[in-house]
Amino acid sequence: MTRILFGIATIAALAFGLQPAMAQQTIKIGFISTFSGPQAVIGEDMRRSVELAKEHLGGKMGGKPFEIIYEDDQFKPDVGKARSEKLVQQDKVNFVSGYIWSNVLLASLKTVVEEGDTILIGANAGPSQIAGDLCNKNFFSTSWQNDQTPMAMGEYLNQKGVKSLYVMAPNYAAGKDMAAGVKRTFKGKIVGEDYTKWPDGLDFSAELAKIGAVKPDGIFIFYPGAHGVQFLKQYAQSGLKGKIPLYQVFSIDAITLPQQGELALGTLGAQEWVNDLPNEQNKRYVADFKAKHKVYPSFYGAQSYDAIMLMASAADALKGDLSDKNKVRAELKKANFKSLRGGFKFNTNQFPIQNFYIQETVKDAEGMMTVKTIATAVKDGKDSFYEKCPMK
Amino acid sequence: MLNGLQLGLLMFLLAAGLTLTFGIMDLVNLAHGSLYMMGAYFAWTLIGWTDSFVLGALLALPAAFLLGIVVEMVVARRLYARDHLDQVLATFGLILFFNELVRAVWGPAGQSIAVPPFLAHTIEIMPGMLYPAYRFALIVVGAAVAIILAWLVARTRVGMLIRAGASNRRMIAALGINIELLFTLVFGLGAAFAGLAGLMAAPISSVKIGMGDDILILAFVIIVIGGIGSIKGAFVAALVVGQIDIVGRAFLPDLLKTFLSANAASTAAPAISQVLVYIVMAGVLVWRPTGLFGQRS
Repeated sequence: MTRILFGIATIAALAFGLQPAMAQQTIKIGFISTFSGPQAVIGEDMRRSVELAKEHLGGKMGGKPFEIIYEDDQFKPDVGKARSEKLVQQDKVNFVSGYIWSNVLLASLKTVVEEGDTILIGANAGPSQIAGDLCNKNFFSTSWQNDQTPMAMGEYLNQKGVKSLYVMAPNYAAGKDMAAGVKRTFKGKIVGEDYTKWPDGLDFSAELAKIGAVKPDGIFIFYPGAHGVQFLKQYAQSGLKGKIPLYQVFSIDAITLPQQGELALGTLGAQEWVNDLPNEQNKRYVADFKAKHKVYPSFYGAQSYDAIMLMASAADALKGDLSDKNKVRAELKKANFKSLRGGFKFNTNQFPIQNFYIQETVKDAEGMMTVKTIATAVKDGKDSFYEKCPMK
Repeated sequence: MLNGLQLGLLMFLLAAGLTLTFGIMDLVNLAHGSLYMMGAYFAWTLIGWTDSFVLGALLALPAAFLLGIVVEMVVARRLYARDHLDQVLATFGLILFFNELVRAVWGPAGQSIAVPPFLAHTIEIMPGMLYPAYRFALIVVGAAVAIILAWLVARTRVGMLIRAGASNRRMIAALGINIELLFTLVFGLGAAFAGLAGLMAAPISSVKIGMGDDILILAFVIIVIGGIGSIKGAFVAALVVGQIDIVGRAFLPDLLKTFLSANAASTAAPAISQVLVYIVMAGVLVWRPTGLFGQRS
C-alpha cells in the first residue's frame, strides 16, 4: 500500500510539480530534416553533427540544458509544414532549424516565422525568395543562397581560363537555379545546356554523346545525391573522363563519396565549407566526427553544427533568458560564434557573407576518399538578392 | 540509336516480368519495381561475397526468383480474385514494406555496383564514336532474354499452359493442371526478370531505396502501348519508347531551335521530351485501344 501511494505521489509530483519547472529551465530546439526514405542519409548526417555540437557545448547553452526535438519531413513540403506547426504550437520550441530542401522550407516558412513568431535558422536550403522579397526578421541562414555556390564555380572557371562550357542539371527548380548561377558569372561561351528528367532520370548517355561531339573545355553539373553517383559512373563509362574535365556543385560530397569512390578522383567542386579549413573549431569538429563515425562529415553537417553554435552564442550572451525576442535577434545578428568556416557574418537579409572555396577530390593518407581545398574562388561573397530585402 | 536500343532493352527486361504478371495473370503488381530493387540489392550483397560480378549476378537471379515465390504465396495469391483497386492497394503496401526493409537491412545510404573489369572499357563502333562495353553487354542480355521468353511462351508446354490459364483458369484447373503452382512459378519468373533488370541497371545507375518506383510507370506505359499480355508487344513497345526517349533528348532541342529562339527551345525541349512517351501512348490508344499487339479489350 505504501508503495502504491509512493508511486502515485511520484507520478503526481512529476506530472504537476516538476514538469513545468523543468520546462522553464530547458531550452528547446526543433530540428527538421529528412529521416526516412533514400534521402535519410543526409538527415542522419545532420543529426550526427547536431549531437556533436551538443556534446561540445556540454549539453548547455546560456547555462541551461537544451533538448533537441527531431522531426522528419519525409522529403515532402506538406509534411514539413505540419511538423513545423507541431514544433511551434505544441512543443513551443525556442528555435526551429534544419531544412534540407528549398520547397519544404518555403512551405514551412510562414508557419514558423510569422504565425508562430519563432526564430528559424536555416541549415541548408537557401531559396532566392527568402534572401530577397520574403526575407524575415525571424529567419537566419547558416548556409548560403542557392545561386552562390555555382556563381563561385563560374568565377573559378574564369580565373582558370575556361572558354567553353557544357551545362547539365536536372529539370526542376534548383537545377535551373544552379545553371543560372554559373551562367551569371561565367564569361566564356555556353556551348550546350541539357535539363534532364527528375527524379527518375536513369540515363545520361544521349547527353554525354552530345558532349563528346561538341568537345567543350569543361562540363558543369549539378546532380545531388544518388544522381551524382549515377552521373559519375556514366561519365567514366562514356570515355569522356580524362578528356573533358568535370566541374560540379553539390554532386560530390562526404555522403556520396563512399559510393562514387575513385570515379570522383580529381573532380573539382565549389563549396563554402571544406573539411580541411585550417581553423581550430573546424579541426576539432572534423577529428571528433571522424573518430565517432569513421567517415568524414559533410557540408550539411557543418552547417547544422554552425546553426546550433549560433543559437548557443545568443543564449550565452543573454544568460539563457530567451524571453525577449528582440534581444535574441540582436544577439544572433552579431554572429558572435566560432564558425567552422572561420569568417562568417550576416548580411542585411541575415544570410551569411562568406568565402567560397574550390575543392578537389583526393584520397587521404588512409585511402579514404575526401575533398581538399585548392583555391579560394570568392572572398566575402554576398548573395545577389539582398538588395531586394526590405530589411536594412 | 544504340543508346535507345539499350535503354529499350533494359526497360523490356522490367516490362517482360510485368507483362507476365499484369498481362497474363491479370494482377496489377505495383511492387514489381520493388522486386527490381531487391534484385539489385541481392546482386550487391552477393557480388560482395563472391567477389565476382558474374557469379554474384547469377546467384542473385535465383534469389529474386525465390523472393517472388514467397511474395506470391504470402500476398499475391490472395489478390487474383479481387478487383484491381484492391491489388493496387495491397501491392502499394508491399512497396512501402520493401523500402523500409531495405533501409533496415542495407541502410539508407544506397550502394554502388561497379562495372565488371572486363566490360569497363569503350568500344569504337565507328571511327571517333565510342560506346561503353557494358551497355553493349546490356543489349546482348536484353535480346537473349527476349528470345528465351518468346520461345518459352510460344513454343513450350509450360508456355501453352500459361496462355491457356490466362484466358480461362477454371478450365485449365478442370483439366487437372495445378494452376496454383503454375501461377506461383510464373510470378517467380516475373520477379527473376525484374531482379535481372535491377542488377543490370545497377552499374549504370545506383542501388538505392525506391530505385524501381521511378521507372515502374514507364514499364506500365510500355505494356499499355504494346498491348496487355503480349510479350511481342512489350518488346516492340520497349524499343519504341527507348528510341523516343533518346531522340527526344538528343535531337529535339536542336530541332526546336530551327523555329524557336534558343532560350525558348532550351526550356521547351526537356518538357516536351518528358511527355513525348505519354503523347505516343495516347496516340496508340486512340488508334488501337488494345495496344499495338493486344488481343483483349
